Amino acid sequence: MTNASVESGQGHRTELDTASSEPLHPAARQAMLAALDQGYADPRRLHRPGRNARLLLDNARAVVAECLDVRPDEVSFTGSGTEAVHRGLLGLVRGSRRGSAIVHSAVEHAAVRHAVSWGGTAVEVQCDEWGRVHDRDLVQNAIAPEVGVVALQSANHEVGTIQSVGELELPNDVPLFTDACASMGRLPLPSGWSAAAGSAHKWGGPAGVGVLLVRKGARWRNPFPGDDRVDERVAGFENVPAALAAAAALRAVVDERDAVNARQHALVDRIRSAVAVIPDTQVVGDSVDRLPHLVTFSFLYVDGEALVDALDRRGFGVASGSACAASTLEPSAVLAAMRVLTHGNVRLSLTRDTTEAEVDRFLGVLPGVVADLRAEVGM
Amino acid sequence: MSGHQVDLELDCREMRCPMPVIELAQHLEDVEVGGTIGVAATDVAARVDVPAWCRMRDQEYVGERVAHDGVPVFVVRRVS
Repeated sequence: MTNASVESGQGHRTELDTASSEPLHPAARQAMLAALDQGYADPRRLHRPGRNARLLLDNARAVVAECLDVRPDEVSFTGSGTEAVHRGLLGLVRGSRRGSAIVHSAVEHAAVRHAVSWGGTAVEVQCDEWGRVHDRDLVQNAIAPEVGVVALQSANHEVGTIQSVGELELPNDVPLFTDACASMGRLPLPSGWSAAAGSAHKWGGPAGVGVLLVRKGARWRNPFPGDDRVDERVAGFENVPAALAAAAALRAVVDERDAVNARQHALVDRIRSAVAVIPDTQVVGDSVDRLPHLVTFSFLYVDGEALVDALDRRGFGVASGSACAASTLEPSAVLAAMRVLTHGNVRLSLTRDTTEAEVDRFLGVLPGVVADLRAEVGM
Repeated sequence: MSGHQVDLELDCREMRCPMPVIELAQHLEDVEVGGTIGVAATDVAARVDVPAWCRMRDQEYVGERVAHDGVPVFVVRRVS
């Protein structure tokens, strides 16, 4: 059985929401099962089980470092991507010799926006209609003396647009925080950041593992209470089996990505052109400079929640950024910042084994579902 | 601002998205070309979706006013 497509009593299902969570990679499952028995002990202890756990944890750190082309001592494992974002961003604010103003794009993930409102003063920078943030806007806003940190994502989690993180030249040594959760493993990590964050369940590792990267020499100070454990940047007992599984999945994903990305990029191109033909539809985000596996579009006059339900009944799992489909009942901040339609929204994200046949079946069903929902409201 | 002079005001208070935009589309032809329609909506998505609808349907988004009860009114001019 593959995780992506499960034959059930209700027929064939195709899950197209890997950006919310990717099914566990087989390599992660294998590593996790082995480490559950071998890596249970306290990695600080000097007895044999403790040394075994420490060895596995160090191994996980080394693998992640190699996959991301960073130093092992720049890698910390956190309890989630969100925690990695909070620690990475707020640690740079705490280490700043300037102020606590944080220049950030309007299309950052909620984890960044919540951290900003908790621990700094927000200076929000707008994006263009493709969701791209322009260097000059970030740079101009970063000049003010009270600015301590600039935050820019590697790629947008909702529309897939890649940001120009590596090309950013900030004034006065203002450090850059990069939320790389949407792209980590799938794309090479950009350069230029002082701290960065990733999330294992988005690349096929287990949930409950984040990766915090802090550049050697960066002015980063722990923004939360310390702990007397293996890694001074994080707190709490290390989840060694999960860290090892996350590392194993990352290794596998990085090794497979040339082939997987090319296939996903072509499938998304196919989806983008097919969906654009449906009347009164907006396909959003950059069509070329984007994450390989993700595409977002909106249909006029369609209720996003009803659309997710209708597709689910036909065996397709998709996400939506529409207000009615959100826990907050607010439309997606990303779509609003891009000034594109927020209702009738669907975000599709392919798993590594999504097939052309599955995509074609989805594209065969979608126009009818949209037409039916529009007919229900007299459109 | 009160007394916003639109040719037709649609009361979409308490309607959830996408109903305000559907109302707008269904009543567009109730005004002449050059005429204006106001969409009074409490739904937070309307602030983004009414201008987005205008761009997609080649109509003109005039701007946002406030009704007597404080509810925003999104004003559209029919251009075709």
